[in-house]
Amino acid sequence: MASAAQPTEREVLKPPPTSVGVVGWVRANLFNGFFNSLLTLATIFLLYKTVPPLIRWAFIDSVWHTGGQGCRQATGACWAVVTENLRFIIFGFYPYDQQWRPLTAMLLLFLLLFISRDRRYWKKSLLYTWVIGLTAMGILMRGGILGLQPVESTQWGGLPLTLLLSIFGLTAAYPLGVLLALGRQSQMKGIKTLCVVYIELIRGVPLISLLFMSSIIFPLFLPEGVTINKILRAQVAIILFTAAYIAEVVRGGLQGMPRGQYEAAEALGLNYYLTMRLVILPQALKIVIPPTVSILISAFKDTSLVVIIALYDVLKTTQSVLSNPKWMGFSPEAYIFVAILYFLGCFSMSNYSRKLEKELSTEEY
Amino acid sequence: MGDQSAAKKPAVPAAPSDEVMIEIIDMHKWFGEFHVLQGINLTVKKKERIVICGPSGSGKSTLIRCINRLEEHQRGKIIVDGIELTNNIRNIEQIRAEVGMVFQHFNLFPHLTILENLTLGPIWVRKTPKRKAEEMAMYYLEKVHIAEQAKKYPGQLSGGQQQRVAIARSLCMEPKVMLFDEPTSALDPEMIKEVLDVMIELAQEGMTMIVVTHEMGFAKSVAHRVLFMDYGRIVEENTPEMFFENPRHERTKLFLSQILH
Ligand SMILES: Nc1ncnc2c1ncn2[C@@H]1O[C@H](COP(=O)(O)OP(=O)(O)OP(=O)(O)O)[C@@H](O)[C@H]1O
Ligand SMILES: [Mg+2]
Repeated sequence: MASAAQPTEREVLKPPPTSVGVVGWVRANLFNGFFNSLLTLATIFLLYKTVPPLIRWAFIDSVWHTGGQGCRQATGACWAVVTENLRFIIFGFYPYDQQWRPLTAMLLLFLLLFISRDRRYWKKSLLYTWVIGLTAMGILMRGGILGLQPVESTQWGGLPLTLLLSIFGLTAAYPLGVLLALGRQSQMKGIKTLCVVYIELIRGVPLISLLFMSSIIFPLFLPEGVTINKILRAQVAIILFTAAYIAEVVRGGLQGMPRGQYEAAEALGLNYYLTMRLVILPQALKIVIPPTVSILISAFKDTSLVVIIALYDVLKTTQSVLSNPKWMGFSPEAYIFVAILYFLGCFSMSNYSRKLEKELSTEEY
Repeated sequence: MGDQSAAKKPAVPAAPSDEVMIEIIDMHKWFGEFHVLQGINLTVKKKERIVICGPSGSGKSTLIRCINRLEEHQRGKIIVDGIELTNNIRNIEQIRAEVGMVFQHFNLFPHLTILENLTLGPIWVRKTPKRKAEEMAMYYLEKVHIAEQAKKYPGQLSGGQQQRVAIARSLCMEPKVMLFDEPTSALDPEMIKEVLDVMIELAQEGMTMIVVTHEMGFAKSVAHRVLFMDYGRIVEENTPEMFFENPRHERTKLFLSQILH
């Protein structure tokens, strides 16, 4: 550090200062050149035209707690459509006096997700924690034991249903997708063909048709009297669908692995399973974090398609509120609320993936 | 191991024992239609050190990669430490654990630290307890003069350091034979020596080694025998002195004149 104090050493050069205060930053980034200056001015003008009215609508002139009548008189946003119907939007037809149960289940889920963020906790014990947590959530939702009043899954709805479909869907689809990708790379012809056919078939149809099949066509093949829970069927459709896409992304990662990595692992005497688990997959899966997260995010949003088989996910409960004459016409407010919910989910996923990528990076010092 | 007098001697090779380590009998290999190895016969004794050289494409890499089944031979026999290489997966894994291999491009695992690179094999293949595997890893890292880098990732080391780590990684499996496939040819000139020095130390400790290399100085000071390969055959084999001073075949002479200019 004390460069001047060292007589014979070469002078230690500091990197030149890059920022010269706010003015310097503004000049360097917003007004460097004629075209950029023009763009900056145009953008400022647009913001001036749109943002203040938006704020006025959303916050200043808005009403938060009133009946439908009060809303009609307000000039701003009618957030009352959300606040007055919040419990129905969130919990759907779950018995009103029992709604603390899905609420507790969701909080438990968030807690578990929060703990799982930290890679230091990625151990066997975390797995057990999840198993216990999921069991607890199942008991809370379903009831029937421990003095809890039983609630049929046909009454489940709203946000818990969306979370159930997406969290289970994604966590089950991911390992399945990895297995499919490995199968597609396999030397064994039978397994390989099976995986290729599966992946191509699933990718060839839209999720909607899979959902239809699972809810309408599939039951036709079941023997008389046997029924499989509707939520479960939708869940399976989502898992099968997402897994096919994940498989293709992971395959890309596997193909990107240099042959030397396989050879070095084999030369140590690691078998196929260990080579994959310890050497190949950790690297391949890391490379494909960004595209994988894209798939997970779109799968999360696609769970809203279950409305077409009459499951009451959070989008559907919102729609039903809006079909009530009292609240008709306030769809922007209601949908903005749902959009925020989805955004929070998607944003935290992509945020987390960036954090993970950074942590797993071994390039920097 | 840490024999002082051995370190001072200019790497005079200890005599190989009479026990056979590797036996290759009339071994052939094809890549599709292409006949890469055309009848290889080779016996390697315990503690013997063999250098293989020859022009590019002559099949040197393929030959040593057959010894630990990274390539599959199609005719003839390969017997390593009494076990014949067949399609039996157990045999293959057993042989691979006994045969160390060092690659031209190091092939370290970039997602693991140096220490984890070294302990991976012992822990998962040899079932060594983690603590013990780490001690062993540190011992071999000392040996290749790089212990202070244990916590770093491969991407943070120079080529020469990476190759020394790769050697240590193989040594951690306590192999009976070490195969080297042009271990210095991807390195900058100033790093070649540090790797060769490690290999010479290994030789002094009596490791059985098969080395594909064009480093003739190394061959002279370390090898018991030098093999010259061309077009998938072992064309000539001799002691280093005879091989360099008195090559018998025209092709060998031509090759040597190109290498030594
Ligand atoms: N996997 C493969 N498939 C097809 N041909 C191959 C394969 N690997 C090597 N070959 C061919 O086999 C021949 C011998 O290759 P090999 O790598 O053994 O040569 P080498 O003596 O090690 O050469 P070099 O000094 O360039 O490393 C070459 O002609 C090469 O093109
Ligand atoms: Mg080669």
